[in-house]
Amino acid sequence: MEARTNHMEYLSDMEQIKSDIKDRVISAMNEYEPNRYTADDVRQALRHDEITVDDFKALLSPAAEEFIEEIAAKAQAETRKHFGNSINMFTPLYISNYCENYCIYCGFNCKNKIHRAKLNYEEIEKEMQAIAKTGLQEVLLLTGESKKMSNVEYIGEACKIARKYFKVVGLEVYPMNSDEYAYVQKCGADYVTVFQETYNSDKYETLHLAGHKRVFPYRLEAQERALMGNMRGVGFAALLGLADFRKDAFATGMHAYLIQRKYPHAEIAFSCPRLRPIINNDKINPKDVHETQLLQVICAYRLFMPFASITISTRECERFRDNIVQIAATKISAGVDVGIGGHGDEGKKGDEQFEISDGRNVKQVYDALCKNGMQPVMSDYIYV
Amino acid sequence: MENDKLIIGGHEFSSRFILGSGKYSLELIKAAVENAGAEIITLALRRAATGSVANILDYIPESVTLLPNTSGARNADEAVRIARLAREVGCGDFIKIEVIRDSKYLLPDNYETIKATEILAKEGFVVMPYMYPDLNVARSLRDAGAASIMPLGAPIGSNRGICTKDFIKILIDEIDLPIIVDAGIGKPSQACEAMEMGAAAVMANTAVATAGDVPMMAEAFKLAIEAGRKAYLSGLGRIIEKGAAASSPLTGFLED
Repeated sequence: MEARTNHMEYLSDMEQIKSDIKDRVISAMNEYEPNRYTADDVRQALRHDEITVDDFKALLSPAAEEFIEEIAAKAQAETRKHFGNSINMFTPLYISNYCENYCIYCGFNCKNKIHRAKLNYEEIEKEMQAIAKTGLQEVLLLTGESKKMSNVEYIGEACKIARKYFKVVGLEVYPMNSDEYAYVQKCGADYVTVFQETYNSDKYETLHLAGHKRVFPYRLEAQERALMGNMRGVGFAALLGLADFRKDAFATGMHAYLIQRKYPHAEIAFSCPRLRPIINNDKINPKDVHETQLLQVICAYRLFMPFASITISTRECERFRDNIVQIAATKISAGVDVGIGGHGDEGKKGDEQFEISDGRNVKQVYDALCKNGMQPVMSDYIYV
Repeated sequence: MENDKLIIGGHEFSSRFILGSGKYSLELIKAAVENAGAEIITLALRRAATGSVANILDYIPESVTLLPNTSGARNADEAVRIARLAREVGCGDFIKIEVIRDSKYLLPDNYETIKATEILAKEGFVVMPYMYPDLNVARSLRDAGAASIMPLGAPIGSNRGICTKDFIKILIDEIDLPIIVDAGIGKPSQACEAMEMGAAAVMANTAVATAGDVPMMAEAFKLAIEAGRKAYLSGLGRIIEKGAAASSPLTGFLED
C-alpha cells in the first residue's frame, strides 16, 4: 500500500486564505474537557439568558445528560421565540455519486463497489420537475466528491436548472475555492453545507485515506471561502460517532460561532448526522451517540446559537424527527432518495450513500407537521 | 375615542394594533386578525409568493390592509426590489422596510433603510421603515418621505419588552409622524406601556404566534393597546408620571 499523503498540506490547486478561525476552533476544542463539567455548571448554564461558550461546553458534557428534560424545555422556548411554529421543508437531490475520496464510513467511497452514475442535464431537469410537483420549493444538490466527474461547470449548470423550479438552492458538494463558489452562487446557489466529519485531525487522517478530502485544513475553511464567494448561508456538521462526539459537537458550534462573528450577515445552519450503515458494510453505527446524546447535541446548538437553522436528516427515524422539530430542529427533508435518479419515472441509476430511516413522502411529512401544530414553510427567501 | 384615528400616509385606521402573520399556523391567522381587531397585517413576501402549497394570502381576510415587509433584504437595493415585487403581485402600496445584515440579533441597518425609504417614497409607496431608534435617523427617514417610523423595542423575537424606551420616547416627542413600536414586545402589558408613552400603534408577532392560545392572545393585545391608548389620551396623573407631589409647594413663599 502506498504511503498516505500529509493530510495537513494543501494541494497546489487549493486556495489558502488568511484566517485564524481554523486554529481558534482547534485550540478551543483541544482545551475542552467534557468530563470536567459538573451538574452545577449545567444548572448555571440553564439559568443564563445568553449561553456563553463555557455554558455551551457544560451543556455538551456528560454531566448535562441528567438535565435533558430541562435542556429540551429551554431549547424549545428559544426555538419558539426565534422561529415560532415554522419548519422549513426541502429535499436532497443526488446528481452524481462518483467519488475520488476514500472515506471508510461512506457508501460513496471510491473503493466501495456500488453502481456509479451521474445525471445529465436533461435527467436533472426531469428529477427537479418531479420534486417541484410535490410542492417543495427548496432543493439541496449533492454529489460525490469528484471534481473530474462532476466539475464546477456541471454543478453550476445544475444550479441554473434548479433556479427554474425552486426558490432556494443549497449545495452539498466538494469544497471549492472562493472564485468557484462565486461562480456557482451566480448560477443560483444560495447556501453551502460542508460536513467537516470530525475536527480531530489525527482521527480525520485515519478515516479519509485518499482524495482531496484528505486535506483537513482546506475542508475546514470551506464555509469561509463560500462566504467570500457571496453565499448567503453556510452549514456546519460533524458526523457524530467518528471521534469524541462531545468535542466534535463543541468544535462545530465554535466554528459556526466564529464565522458568524466575522461575517455577521451569514445565515448559519447546523446538520446533526450520526453514522449510518452503508452498502457493503451494515456494521457501521453511531456508537455511543444514542438518541439522548443526539438530542443533547441538537439542543446545545440551539441554545448556543438560537437563531441558527438546524436540519434533521432522514438518517433518523420518523418518531425522532417528528419530535425534534417540536423542540429544536427547524428544517426537515421529505421525499428523500439518497441514490441517483430516484425521483422521476425512469428508475434509479446509481446506488445510495447510506440507509435512510424515514422514507415518508412530502405530503406525509407535511401532514405530520400540521398534525403536531407546526407550520410547514416551503420557502423563506425571495429572489429579486 | 371614536374620532381617534391612526393616520398613515393619508389612510385612516381605527385599530392601533398591527399584527404579524409569521411564525404560526396559517389556519389561525383569520381568528387572530378578528380577535385582534387588526386592520393592518404584515406579511413576509419571501414566504407569500404565489404558487406555494399553502399561500398566506389565502388566509388573510380581504378587509385588512396588507403591510408586506422586505425581510430577507440585506441592502437598500434588495429592499427596493422586494417592495416593487410586492406591489406587482397585488399587495398594495404599503411597504414595511426591513434591511437586515446581522443574522444573530436581526438588528436593522439604519443607513440602508434611509436609502430604501427615499427611493420607495418617491415611487409612491406608503413607506414604514423598521429602524433602530436614533433621532437623527428618524429625522432623515421623515425627510426621505417615510409615512411612519417603526423603532424596535428590543431585538426581533426576543420578547424582552421596550428596552429602548427612553429613545423611543424621544422619537415620540420630536417626530411628527406616527411612531409605531415594533419588535421585542413580549406581552400585552408591554404593548400597553408603549401606548401609554404615546406610541401611535404597536406591532407584534412572536408574542402572539408563540402563545398557547393564539386568538386569545391576539385579543389580550387588542385590549392592552386600547387601555394604553385611553391612558395616554386621558393624560397620565402626576403620581404615575412624575412621582409624588410635595404637600407644601416649594413656591408657596412667593407673594406677587
